[in-house]
Amino acid sequence: MTDLASTRPESFFSDRFNITAGLMERVLGGNLVGKVDDADIYLEYRINEELLLEEGTVKKASRHVSQGAGVRAQSGTRTGYAHTDEISIKNLDEAARQARAIADRSSTSGVVALASRGRPHDLYSLAEPPIAADLARKLDLLKRIDAETRAADPRIKQVIASIASEEVVMLIATASGWTVGDIRPLTRLNVTAIAEDGARREIGSYGGGGRVTFDFFLEEGRWRRFAGEAARQAVLKLRAVDAPAGTMTVVLGPGWPGILLHEAIGHGLEGDFNRKGTSAFSGRLGQRVASELVTVVDDGTIPNRRGSLNVDDEGTPTGRTVLIENGILTGYMQDRLNARLMGMKPTGNGRRESYAHAPMPRMTNTFMLAGPDDPADILRSVKNGLYAVTFGGGQVDITNGKYVFSASEAYLIEDGRVTAPVKGATLIGNGPDALTHVSRVGRDLQLDEGVGTCGKDGQSVPVGVGLPTIRVDGMTVGGTAV
Amino acid sequence: MNEDLLVDVLARAVQRGATAADGFLVEERRFATSVRMGEIETLHHSSEQRLSLRVFAGRASAAASTSDLSRESLDRVVDEATALAKITAEDPHAGLPEPGALIARVPDLDLEDDAADIAPEEKIEIARRAETAARETDPRITNSEGAEYSDRRARYAYATSHGFVKSYATTGYSIAVSPIASHDGEMQRDYWYSTARKRARLEDPVAVGRTAAARALRRLGARKMKTVEVPVIFDPETAASLVRAIAGAASGPSLYRRASFLLDRRGTKIASPSVTIIDDALVPAGLGSRPFDGEGLETGRTVLVGEGVLESYLLDTYSARKLGLTSTHHAARDGSGVSVSTTNLMLLPGQATPKDLIGSVKNGFYVTELIGFGVNGVTGDYSRGAAGQWIENGELAYPVEEVTVAGNLLEMLSAIDGVGDDLVLRDRTVAPTVRISRMVVAGT
Repeated sequence: MTDLASTRPESFFSDRFNITAGLMERVLGGNLVGKVDDADIYLEYRINEELLLEEGTVKKASRHVSQGAGVRAQSGTRTGYAHTDEISIKNLDEAARQARAIADRSSTSGVVALASRGRPHDLYSLAEPPIAADLARKLDLLKRIDAETRAADPRIKQVIASIASEEVVMLIATASGWTVGDIRPLTRLNVTAIAEDGARREIGSYGGGGRVTFDFFLEEGRWRRFAGEAARQAVLKLRAVDAPAGTMTVVLGPGWPGILLHEAIGHGLEGDFNRKGTSAFSGRLGQRVASELVTVVDDGTIPNRRGSLNVDDEGTPTGRTVLIENGILTGYMQDRLNARLMGMKPTGNGRRESYAHAPMPRMTNTFMLAGPDDPADILRSVKNGLYAVTFGGGQVDITNGKYVFSASEAYLIEDGRVTAPVKGATLIGNGPDALTHVSRVGRDLQLDEGVGTCGKDGQSVPVGVGLPTIRVDGMTVGGTAV
Repeated sequence: MNEDLLVDVLARAVQRGATAADGFLVEERRFATSVRMGEIETLHHSSEQRLSLRVFAGRASAAASTSDLSRESLDRVVDEATALAKITAEDPHAGLPEPGALIARVPDLDLEDDAADIAPEEKIEIARRAETAARETDPRITNSEGAEYSDRRARYAYATSHGFVKSYATTGYSIAVSPIASHDGEMQRDYWYSTARKRARLEDPVAVGRTAAARALRRLGARKMKTVEVPVIFDPETAASLVRAIAGAASGPSLYRRASFLLDRRGTKIASPSVTIIDDALVPAGLGSRPFDGEGLETGRTVLVGEGVLESYLLDTYSARKLGLTSTHHAARDGSGVSVSTTNLMLLPGQATPKDLIGSVKNGFYVTELIGFGVNGVTGDYSRGAAGQWIENGELAYPVEEVTVAGNLLEMLSAIDGVGDDLVLRDRTVAPTVRISRMVVAGT
């Protein structure tokens, strides 16, 4: 569907659905402007494609189209939202009337939100969007990945590899007369290997991607590295010993272990929870929440990254928000509603899964800045502990601050040396003090490979994380070896 | 519902060279409203439709779906799916179920509410009553993430290119409340909910709110524990998550990919004899009930685990053929084609009251919340974040948080030495209280 990328969002929706910026403004003006504090119309057209290889062949291929419009009206703390999957003026008018019902129940302040004008970024203009790349090339790559992964070790018995590609065209018109669109490519390559040795069976997974072309996977030996990593992890775990249980020093490797930041502090710094006073970080701006070695930012402006956006899903250009600076809490991530109610500025973090959802404050790419230390020295500094380098998912209870994340590749540290691999274990801690125990920060900041998906209130959005090697003194490791 | 649309789409697929095709059409309307601190916070109206299609070119297949049901878009989707099917590999096990196996008559499972809809104001009031009840329970309920009321009306149709077409309709209603308790600078959030096929069967919103408040209040004053190995009791909500993990490992796609700790264990003992798990699609007005599966096959009652023995896997047509078995009629349609899902999945109750089970523990952990994704379906290794109550001398003594519970699912299932009598069919997957003789609880 090269026609998507070569066009502009405005002309895409006007050509395909006869909906122009002028008509959207008329729907807003006729139904919502002056009757509510803020309002917008969001149009979306999305194509997803997935190719899946298992047992050596590509047996599954699928392509999905979804389209729709969401109309939002806000009045005070109230939000009315209506969506439809048939994009027409008649349905937009109907949705606007339904959304407006929220305002009819109370008087509004009459203050219209500040226009979120600002130039959108240009972070992912691609020569060829991944969804448009030749299917035969994708099939060929999957077959080469299968062969490469199996060749890595005779104990690899099963390989599952997939290439998922997506293209989203969105256009948003706000009550303040601002219309902005974006075309968002996204792709991800994933490799899963299952290794067997006698009765023991283990799984390894690796992947990456971003708002990049299909050729990204062929460059710099990426696909070979992903295949090799999946195989290596699966085989390594065949000899993993039981993970330790209890509180110990943990060294986190660079890159994806940044999920610690996402869970331990990221969600707790989203504007909605702080406006409502339901976050463990509520009311703590200006206070020390981490050791002075720690600076954490959320940056939606890094070119070609999975978590990056030219504009957020409310039309605000994304930015770089310093959340923690040298240990002091300095900022929250905001959408328009919560920024308005808290008297702060929108930070370009208003995101939604699709037209079927109202936006809320969400992370983009969240990472810790590099420190002074040599990663090898950090490992050597630990007498006994755990070195965790790859993680599965994580979760947090925003209100009491308790977070978990699950290590899928980890090793014991004994006398400053990395020794036996251990089985997967959940690490648990308390968000507001987790980062106060960071005692060393490496100079090796890495962003993750581009695999993260974050869920909140039933909405999933692509995100990124990053971390240098860090040492955390006193973290609870949920193994079985007492 | 426009079932003709589905039939036309399948006919076009055949015209375009597909040797067979099937399709699933879903239409739904939803309404949701939330109230926070007594004020309306959101109103959300929606109407959605989605047609998903699977086409076969001989033994090769592809899937496609669209929410754009215009003629032009449907034609494009059919063309793309048939083109995709031509590039995928032949697979001897691919194909539709035998036409003769499809359901002949769709039973009425009482899944649709006949009662007239109520006004949005009344729905808002239901949410408000639930939240108010939570907030008025105790002065320590100081804040709230709000209460939500939602309802949903949906219609599902399934058709094949052989001329089969059947449909059914469902309704669903729910109330959920999430209050926050605070004391001495500590904040704890919990929730409670009620969900039903008929609005009249929802629990009283006041009762839902009070339960939610009691759950948040009992977490105040939580402590961390020293790392120990003790008996662990899972309450019905957390025990249900163990049942879900077993069903995931018993599902066909996990098995033929050799990615399951239940591989090659059918017919063997995997749990203590007190464990019987069934999946029953035909529970009248059941939240997970469906008259036929995602491939038009008649659903029924499957014994997954009978007195500790793994009796059956959960299979769709493809995974069954891969494993040399027959479908258990658990096919589900999702975005990317056909997968496997459970219906009303339950661990059957035992004889002990929850009080007996707690009373049987001198020093142990009563789990009421689990967080994180630490369940490895390939190995059964289990390690999750937990919160709950510490048991001392047979009584719930004080709340506990920031600990993990860990083990291996197969060992945990064999170590179940008590199953409660408190099974309530309040969700799609349910369990009574379960006692596991020993697990590692990690803390300080």
